Amino acid sequence: MSSSFSTTDLNVRNQRNERLFKLLFGLITATLILPVVIIIGTLIVKSEGTLTWAFFTEDPTNGMTEGGIFPALVGTLWLVAVALIASVPLGVAAAIYLSEYAKDNWLTRLINLAIINLAGVPSIVHALFGVGAFVLFFNFGTSILAASLTMAVMTLPVVIVSTRESLQAVPQSFREACWSMGATRWQTIWRIVLPNSISGILTGVILEVSRTVGETAPIMFTGAAFFLPFLPSSVFDQTMAMSLHLYVISTQVPHVPEGLPYGVALTLILIVMVLNSVSIAFRTYLRGKKKW
Amino acid sequence: MASKQPRRLAIESKGLSLWYGDFQALFDVDLKIREGKITSLIGPSGCGKSTFLRSINRINERHSYVRTEGTVEVFGEDVMGEDVELVQVRRQVGMVFQRPNALPISIADNVMFGYELHTAAKPSRFERDNLIEESLKRVLLWDQVKDRLGDVATSLSLEEQQKLCIARLLPLKPSVLLMDEPCSALDPKATAAVEDLIWELRGEYSILIVTHNMAQARRASDECIFMLMGKVIEHTKTEDMFLTPENQATADYIEGRYG
Repeated sequence: MSSSFSTTDLNVRNQRNERLFKLLFGLITATLILPVVIIIGTLIVKSEGTLTWAFFTEDPTNGMTEGGIFPALVGTLWLVAVALIASVPLGVAAAIYLSEYAKDNWLTRLINLAIINLAGVPSIVHALFGVGAFVLFFNFGTSILAASLTMAVMTLPVVIVSTRESLQAVPQSFREACWSMGATRWQTIWRIVLPNSISGILTGVILEVSRTVGETAPIMFTGAAFFLPFLPSSVFDQTMAMSLHLYVISTQVPHVPEGLPYGVALTLILIVMVLNSVSIAFRTYLRGKKKW
Repeated sequence: MASKQPRRLAIESKGLSLWYGDFQALFDVDLKIREGKITSLIGPSGCGKSTFLRSINRINERHSYVRTEGTVEVFGEDVMGEDVELVQVRRQVGMVFQRPNALPISIADNVMFGYELHTAAKPSRFERDNLIEESLKRVLLWDQVKDRLGDVATSLSLEEQQKLCIARLLPLKPSVLLMDEPCSALDPKATAAVEDLIWELRGEYSILIVTHNMAQARRASDECIFMLMGKVIEHTKTEDMFLTPENQATADYIEGRYG
């Protein structure tokens, strides 16, 4: 029996198309997971047996064909820590200025343009800038300090942009409420804006760390060493680093057993994944606690 | 006490003109707002009533493209003078916004927020508790919230938040309260409650309310100002405006022919 609500031929054709496109886009999306699965799978399979406790706690030995990655691991921690100490205060301060104080004029627009362009500079160009500025001009030599500062300059735009977005996410009406009671900009920022954006700021910082861990180009001319038989004792020392170590044992050293570079690569990816997960979990947790 | 000299003017603007960039929003506005009364500002959207309100506590100024001419005086003192401390103007001229904007801190901290901004010494526990209780009682909110003063204020209903927004101005002892459509985000019942509260504050405070709601202006104000395209068209006692408007434009507006 046909009623005015019955299916027509046109409806049937539209529904077939609907299913077709949903399937098509779904499949395309699914293929995006593939590279991740293949990379991690390959690393796990090929590095089998290398990830032992000794691997993380011993020095590389025998021309880096045996032993562990301890100095590279420690070196990466140094590099990331010093880069953070340099970039976070600068980046957060700049973001606060741009979000809370700056008026919308040509100077602000110029600064924003500079930040976007800074984010677009290739890392190898940052590396050369680092050599010129920190290694030579400031005379830090090839050192942790020079390498970390180079990475700090490189990640500064990320910190500024993510911090500024977190600050902008605090409703304008809260600021108006403060100002209308005679609060200064700084009182408003300190009492209301920062406490309500700190979660977003920290998330951005953790993401920055995970990015810094993997960088190779900016540190290879500025402070990371091919091989060092001792740990750095100050920021003016050179150091080994995970990312450069991976590059070196994969391409520069003969007779490295196959599992070793895979083990280093897997460690590197694990560090990044753990950091990203922490960042995501943190964000989810704090979003749940949001008060407006 | 201020209420013993009812002839003073709470707010007086003389030749106030204001531009947003090239757009002129106020034209030569002369207004006298009486002390201890409720005055409503009515008029269609974009007529300049909010702009006028916002130039009294100078909250317009954060837009760098705003330019003003003329003067605004609060109890005889120019708010835009050379040596005027903006923070003091904001302290003495309280403002209530269209959307309740209780801060995302505890109810108690909301009440104390403004007070603490302007007080060098930390108040004693006793002072603090007293101020909080007194202010919340004054806005008829104490009984609902006295057992949860530590709760985040943004979890309150909109009506309660709006009352809290009024309560947090009281410890500052403001001489004037500016209200920018204080009930427009509220449902009818909450509107009635907040209106009652505003009426309750009459006499002690001089209140200037911007409203879109004719009925509200009519039942809850002493005087009424009708503005159109940045100019004051009519300023009379509320009952006169609604019964015998002098100006045809006023009559058209209050009868709902436009706006």
